[in-house]
Amino acid sequence: MDVTIALFLIQDGIINGAIYALLAVALVLVFAVTRVILIPQGEFVTFAGLSLAAMETGSVPGAVWLLLVLAAAAAAMDAGAALRERSPAKAVRLAAWNLVPAIAIAAAVLAMVPLQLGLGVNIVLCAALIVPMGPYLYRVAFQPLADASVLVLLIASVGAHLALTALGLVLFGAEGYRTSPVVSGSFQIGPLFVTGQSLLVVGATLALLAGLALFFGRTLIGKALMASAINRRGARLVGIPTMLSGRIAFAMAAAIGVVSAVLVAPLTTLYYDSGFIIGLKGFVAAIIGGLGAYPAAVAAALAVGLLEAFSSFWASAFKEVIVFASILPVLLWRSLTSTHGDEED
Amino acid sequence: MKVKFALAGLCGLFAATPALADISVCITVSATGPAASLGVPENNTIPMLPKEVAGEAINYTSFDDATDPTAAVKNVRKCIEEQKADLLIGSSTTPTTIAVAGVAAETKTPVLTLAPVGLPEESEVWAFRTPQPVSQMAGALVEHMTANGVKTLGFIGYADGYGELWLNVMNKALEGTGITMEPIERFARNDTSVTGQVLKLVAARPDAVLVVASGTPAALPNLALAERGYEGQIYHTHGSASLDFIRVAGASAEGSILPVGPVVVAAQLPDSHPSKALGVEYTKAYEAAHGEGSLSSFGGHMFDAGQIILATVPVALERSAPGSEEFRAALRDALENMNEVAGVHGVFNTSPDDHYGHDERSRVLVRVENGAWKYME
Repeated sequence: MDVTIALFLIQDGIINGAIYALLAVALVLVFAVTRVILIPQGEFVTFAGLSLAAMETGSVPGAVWLLLVLAAAAAAMDAGAALRERSPAKAVRLAAWNLVPAIAIAAAVLAMVPLQLGLGVNIVLCAALIVPMGPYLYRVAFQPLADASVLVLLIASVGAHLALTALGLVLFGAEGYRTSPVVSGSFQIGPLFVTGQSLLVVGATLALLAGLALFFGRTLIGKALMASAINRRGARLVGIPTMLSGRIAFAMAAAIGVVSAVLVAPLTTLYYDSGFIIGLKGFVAAIIGGLGAYPAAVAAALAVGLLEAFSSFWASAFKEVIVFASILPVLLWRSLTSTHGDEED
Repeated sequence: MKVKFALAGLCGLFAATPALADISVCITVSATGPAASLGVPENNTIPMLPKEVAGEAINYTSFDDATDPTAAVKNVRKCIEEQKADLLIGSSTTPTTIAVAGVAAETKTPVLTLAPVGLPEESEVWAFRTPQPVSQMAGALVEHMTANGVKTLGFIGYADGYGELWLNVMNKALEGTGITMEPIERFARNDTSVTGQVLKLVAARPDAVLVVASGTPAALPNLALAERGYEGQIYHTHGSASLDFIRVAGASAEGSILPVGPVVVAAQLPDSHPSKALGVEYTKAYEAAHGEGSLSSFGGHMFDAGQIILATVPVALERSAPGSEEFRAALRDALENMNEVAGVHGVFNTSPDDHYGHDERSRVLVRVENGAWKYME
């Protein structure tokens, strides 16, 4: 190995690490607010990436139908809950509140995608399509269990992941797709060959992380989310609704998924089942970071990316083994040093 | 699934009851599950199989085993008990085929497999394969390498059974050619990056690189090699012979060479090639039914099973009538002594030692040119 190769590997590691960092941040965010370990986070990435790829060819992505089905299920559940309280007016209002935006988005996608209005419009449409899936998924799969233990929520999360992966095969097919880069062009720094898209990955990740820090530090909603994360009961006592914070956290996770997809889809081929392995590496990073601290998760994500790049060079057959085994010493160390004082369960 | 099986069984009953003398051929393919991309074109080809031979009608019953060896065994048991199968066809993948061949040997029923599998001795007696053995495909690549002065070959392949199989076959095929294979790198189907592996390959400066993968994931090494400015020859296996590979790899696929069954480029074959006429006919019929560019080489193995039936059943009929153990034994003997039976994947010449029957006419080399397969003389 010489310096050039090391530089290439570091570059590859940082780009992958940036994507894992986004996933890790989304996982930490959702876990802190709702105590759900969001395994379907990877599906948000693949669904967004594959939807973008479909839109690029002018065909309507299958995610439209998934959005409508999820919206219908959420509407039925909200309306059902309202009817049990014997308030039909509220039931109608809640159903409309769930259904109208989904139908409007679906109509917009159906009307605008065949016109092929360019990448910018496609990204907006894709975000409009995928981001609402977050809150709908929360309503359908997790809200009814909001007070259950972390383990039950994890099981629901695995179930949601399996269902979404299977639907992904039906909606997008078994073959992989790539999208054209947001920033084309490339240049040379010394021996290093840098593409515009890879700079965008790093830049966008940094911007998003900075934005999240501002959001949690300076805005009311951000502070409310932080409050629910720190102490759920206390947050409820001061009037922060758990359901709303759950939906917001899921919407943000889905939005981070869309950003990851826009960044990663031109760099790698996405398959309907790619989400799991990407998400799992983000999860490893989140765990190494302690599943509670954003800066630690980001640092761990970069470490995972670099570890992956270097192990693919030295021992490609054992790459995944090395990456996933790296979690073991961390868990061991944490279990030895922690005081087992978990606040819940 | 249950309804489908029940319906298929019912149809089989109706067909089988009136004329016991009809020849019963029973098929199990992996039309759903992970191997659906193989099983679907095979399933689509069933209607194109011959309806009668030497004045005898042939009844086909087909089942889906969902790429599950247990389901494949159930299907084959049904074939033998309910359909009184004279001949079995299937299945699409290695694990399902091994299961099918086991039952076939136990019940003394000949089976035409659609996957190139290695079998234990007792199963081997009753099993005949329609696809080419991997060693034949590897042989074509090694011939091209020797002819073009390749001395060092880099290897990047799946970290699974397919990669392992090719690694072993290539190690054997390269013996005595003076070509060294190094470095040997691995990747997984859903990897997001192969930068590390490709850097190692490029740093070793091999004359050529062999990519062992299938479908769209095969494009990843090509893209990474192109990005690093690798200019040597890139070889692929027949696993990459899908248009989706070219779609994803784009310009980086140009110039890649791979071995395929002749049916993939039937229209470009010289008129003297034994698979030309059949291959063109099959391509036309398949694409008329399933759309332009829909042909896959896997369906060709099913079509070849039909050609084998046409050639061997008349021989067996001379010895016995269908529906009996003697007929099945006679059919097995005929399958073992095929002589110049042409299919869309070359020519079959079987012997007791060779239940593939393929020779060098069963594979051609193609090069990717302008986003399409170009036959290489």
